[in-house]
Amino acid sequence: MSKASGYPFGFLDEYAKKEVRRSVLKAIALPGYQVPYSSREMPMGRGFGTGGLQLTLSLIGPGETLKVIDQGSDDSVNAVNLRAFVEMTCPDIDTTTRTEEATLIQSRHRIPEKELSEKQVIVLQVPYPDPLTVVEPSEDKRKTMHGEADYSRLLVKLYEDIVKFDEITISHRYPTRINGYYILDPSPIPRFDVPKMHQSKALILFGAGREKKIYAVPPYSEAEPIAFEDVPFRVENFYDQQGNRLSCARCGNQESFLDEFIDSRNGKKVYQCSDIDWCNEQLRLRKEENMKELVREKNS
Amino acid sequence: MSYVAIKGGGLAIQGAESLLEYLRTEQGEGGLPLDLATIQSQLRFLHGKVMSEGGLYHPELAALAIKQFMGDSLEASFALRAYRSTKPRLCETPILDSSKMRLVRRISSAFKDIPGGQMLGASTDFSLRLLRMDLLDESKETFQKTTAQWMKHTKTDAIPDTFPKVLDYLREEGLLPASNPKLNMDAFDITREPLIFPVPRSAALATMSRAETGSLLGIAYSNMRGYGDVHPTVAEMRVGYLPVMLPHPVTGELTEAGEVMITECEVVAMYEDDDEGGKPVFTLGYGACFGHNEVKALSMAILDRSLQKGMKDGPSNPSEDPEFVLLHVDGIDSMGFCTHYKMPHYVTFQSDMDRLRTTQEKQRNKQKKEAQG
Repeated sequence: MSKASGYPFGFLDEYAKKEVRRSVLKAIALPGYQVPYSSREMPMGRGFGTGGLQLTLSLIGPGETLKVIDQGSDDSVNAVNLRAFVEMTCPDIDTTTRTEEATLIQSRHRIPEKELSEKQVIVLQVPYPDPLTVVEPSEDKRKTMHGEADYSRLLVKLYEDIVKFDEITISHRYPTRINGYYILDPSPIPRFDVPKMHQSKALILFGAGREKKIYAVPPYSEAEPIAFEDVPFRVENFYDQQGNRLSCARCGNQESFLDEFIDSRNGKKVYQCSDIDWCNEQLRLRKEENMKELVREKNS
Repeated sequence: MSYVAIKGGGLAIQGAESLLEYLRTEQGEGGLPLDLATIQSQLRFLHGKVMSEGGLYHPELAALAIKQFMGDSLEASFALRAYRSTKPRLCETPILDSSKMRLVRRISSAFKDIPGGQMLGASTDFSLRLLRMDLLDESKETFQKTTAQWMKHTKTDAIPDTFPKVLDYLREEGLLPASNPKLNMDAFDITREPLIFPVPRSAALATMSRAETGSLLGIAYSNMRGYGDVHPTVAEMRVGYLPVMLPHPVTGELTEAGEVMITECEVVAMYEDDDEGGKPVFTLGYGACFGHNEVKALSMAILDRSLQKGMKDGPSNPSEDPEFVLLHVDGIDSMGFCTHYKMPHYVTFQSDMDRLRTTQEKQRNKQKKEAQG
């Protein structure tokens, strides 16, 4: 029992945490399979990351270092809220904003730009765990379709898109086949992040609290976004009219997923890294580079 | 840079919380904090609703939740539900016998006279919904005198505590299926197991029992209006205190641990033919929830009937589809997901814009080509 909060370590009662951990084991054993679990109510809204939070609280222990991000930012309201709650109910854990320092990362809508390691676990918050929802509303029927690996209707939806729009219109939550069998919903990460799941060194866990499902992409799994031979999968386009890669207005990086916004002073469109920790690190590296340059100039 | 994505989140949250606290106490020196007993007593229907939708019979904490969330029933039930997550399940009650209820009200619309008699009790059913202007500036003295006077003129020994159940009478008459003792199996605990369809009836009943009143009413109403055909007759609606029996921790003997206020409703619907050639009998729908909430109990009873029909013959209406009903009536789930759309969705929206712009460009190029061609 934590004295500060009056709640047990990790908020949930021990039976609940045990159930989550068992479901995680099952999820790892069946990559991409949605394991149903009972899912407790958390003191924040269903849809605000209660599934991810239950995973985090069940897996975290003293000595772990946690990073929480929302839309790539450690400082967005929801990330702050979740982090504060874990800090309150789990004394003796550390928190960080540096991707490489974290042992456990809880995230909404992004996988960090920096490649994760075998020592890390990333927990993604999931609103819709089932990629078949777009073609079949009944959970009962979807379960059968998954069991039979019957994803024909999903492929037909992609085909219809191409006929209608000449493009696959799925923007985020891109259906991805894991180890050649189950197709999962990778949570609302952009298409840009989907390739990061392929052969990921870190364990990727998905928690859908309201829909009561847990699933996983174990380390070094095949993750293949569905597509056609002649219409390949494509990530978001960050090139301008002339075909130049857009860069972050803050750190100048040209490899990251960019947020687009309007500069309130001049009304111009500006781009900036969505992953704030990545952006800060690029900025640091650039400063170091500039310093070295200065030193070199001075010496010569 | 002038813009850094949503900086200062922590400060903003603190600000919002202290503003809420300001609103709660804005009466300042002219105000008094709500006391929990007042909430339990004078806001009893709201209080019962919060315990029912929160799925936890804890009168004191339910009153606290109502006070803290300033009467928002969804938020208050939510807090109670989250508190519940910190508690382990220690034991289960056996199936409780609702004929042992200490009743404050029971009516039947099936018969003019029922064994034990109709007892209207406290009900707004037939009261005129006229605003009582005399309550605008009700004095403390009149308020406090009312109970004393009422007690003086009421014979407390004239009314029995318990009443026989109307269904038992119908059963004796052979109009209902005999109760099946084999069905008294373990109840499905929706707080410990996820719903995987098809679910047993006990899972459906438990889900509806802690569902949001308005959601249940909405779907039940669709059935009443014609998207379904339950056409219920209220065999019995009873409100009162149900003794809760638990095994004694030492002797194991069943002991009364306390009582909970519940509303129970049993509806009878048109008969079905029996596949096995038995005699046709009426069908039943059952509803029960914490607190005094007759709209909820009756809506639930109607939906129990429609779901049983759907499970047997396949659903032909939303109210007969277990997935449709059971996955959409929980207040905590639905309000949480509704609220979450207010959170930042910058990344996914960026992704959406990318798709739309690409599609638009393709169409432009195509039209250009056609114009040239």
